[in-house]
Amino acid sequence: MPEVSASFSRDDVVYVARLARLELEPGEVDLYAGQLASILDHVAAVTGLDTSAVPATAHPLEIENVLRSDTPGSTLARDEVLAQAPRAEGGRFRVPPILGEVP
Amino acid sequence: MSGSTWERPLDAVRTARAVRSGEMRARDVVSAALARIAAHEGALHCFNTVTTDDAVAAAERIDAVVAAGKDPGPLAGVPIALKDNLCTRGIVTTAGSRILEGWVPPYDATVVRSVAAAGAVVVGKTNLDEFAMGSSTENSAFGPTHNPWDPNRVPGGSSGGSAAAVAAGFVPIALGSDTGGSIRQPASLCGVVGVKPTYGLVSRYGLIAFASSLDQIGPFAVTVADAATLLDVVAGHDPADSTSLDVRPEPLTKLLDEGVEGLRVGVISDFLVDASPSVAAAVHDAAEALAGAGAIVEEVAVPSLMLGLSAYYLVAPAEASSNLARYDGVRYGLRVDGPDVEQMNARTRSAGFGPEVKRRIMLGTYVLSAGYYDAYYGQAQRVRTLVARGFAEAYTRFDVLVGPTSPTVAFEIGAKTQDPLAMYLSDLYTIPTNLAGHPALSVPFALSEGLPVGVQVLAPSLGEGRMFRVAAVLERGADPAARGPIEPRLAGVPR
Repeated sequence: MPEVSASFSRDDVVYVARLARLELEPGEVDLYAGQLASILDHVAAVTGLDTSAVPATAHPLEIENVLRSDTPGSTLARDEVLAQAPRAEGGRFRVPPILGEVP
Repeated sequence: MSGSTWERPLDAVRTARAVRSGEMRARDVVSAALARIAAHEGALHCFNTVTTDDAVAAAERIDAVVAAGKDPGPLAGVPIALKDNLCTRGIVTTAGSRILEGWVPPYDATVVRSVAAAGAVVVGKTNLDEFAMGSSTENSAFGPTHNPWDPNRVPGGSSGGSAAAVAAGFVPIALGSDTGGSIRQPASLCGVVGVKPTYGLVSRYGLIAFASSLDQIGPFAVTVADAATLLDVVAGHDPADSTSLDVRPEPLTKLLDEGVEGLRVGVISDFLVDASPSVAAAVHDAAEALAGAGAIVEEVAVPSLMLGLSAYYLVAPAEASSNLARYDGVRYGLRVDGPDVEQMNARTRSAGFGPEVKRRIMLGTYVLSAGYYDAYYGQAQRVRTLVARGFAEAYTRFDVLVGPTSPTVAFEIGAKTQDPLAMYLSDLYTIPTNLAGHPALSVPFALSEGLPVGVQVLAPSLGEGRMFRVAAVLERGADPAARGPIEPRLAGVPR
């Protein structure tokens, strides 16, 4: 396993895992820190290029907003969609309490 | 193997012709494909799901259409395999992930409707690296796929199941998706044709998203003509995909015999530096074959393409981290309960995603996070422009570019699983195409130590016509022994 580099520390892993809603075991934190540092060190080659005069490309196409006429069309059947949910109740998705609220 | 009764299956064009004319029954074609799958699937693991009953029923409907004097379409009765990240209504779709295990989509991807409308018969959903993230199909939550040319080796990835299913003769055609090489690299490693079309040419509606500005669906096939036939069927505008190009492309199947006389072909010299000697030799031989057919062939340096890999591993994880936020245990797939929503989300995602997906989500989250956004993601987007400019400059002098598809032949299972960066380098020559949104394909050309080597043909946006003309010439000049399908080799039997 490569050395943990300054470019991706253990703390960085803990921080991004929380942002990304991932729970990691302590052993996983070290493993990912090493691997992500090695990847980031490699790709960091491009961070040193002078691109001050280069525009960004976010997408290969000139993206335009695509609108359709505001007329009712068919949608997926609600029951068929809810049948795939881990939990549904009364025609809605059922989830655990949010912000400590208990229904 | 001596004493074998294995027969090379018919290609898609001939199959459809025979079914349309009533000379063959779709039912028999599909039964034969299912029998081939039954014989070798246990050793190869190309499929996550084989849709035996649905396939037989669909084939019988095709036969009924023929019996009624109607035409079922250009893929009449042709068995097809679909990568398991294409949504199929009523058929489990996993994306190779535990987080979607058991999910039954309530709708079909547009390409699934297109192939069915053309008369093709879906026989199953093929294995892939989880969410198409990988270059070996070893990242599937359901175990690796084995390469039919040598079961100790990977088929490439992420569309390894589709590539191996075609190479093993299970099906003459399959669909995959290509975000950084996931169609072309496994095609090269399995000795079949694989095509990444121009971004926007094929609808992405119903393709489970990985990196939306890079993802594109495309065909696998045994022959260039079969690949062209399948691409003609799935190409075209779809109002359900806001990035779908509103173009009516010229049918590719009509161009295949036009040759390459006078076509300007650039051999990308930067791609030959680190390619293995046998791969570089195959590219040189392919260039000679094109020159022999009347093309004007020259080497060209396009150094900015070598920046592609770094830009890709900033852009693709960033897009993936955003796309995969939807797997939160609320609406579909896995849920691991917790005392509140946030803990339920985290427990579900930790249990449902595999290590490579977690790595990419974390990398993407990092490069998009406050303080790093411009240094990493913003810079990668500017480098993406440099890659596109490199191509644009080269295409002022050349009609098409050629190079290797993969730096090496198929590698051994397990060889790169502990070193993510080494795995990423498998896509060094395929990634620039995705960044630019261009088309490219891989066509089998040579054999190296008993394993196939593909040659890549690249073209500017909507340059599929000239790309297929080149591929057809390369197919005629290729070592016939380098082309699948082959009888799958068994573990422990030396090549």
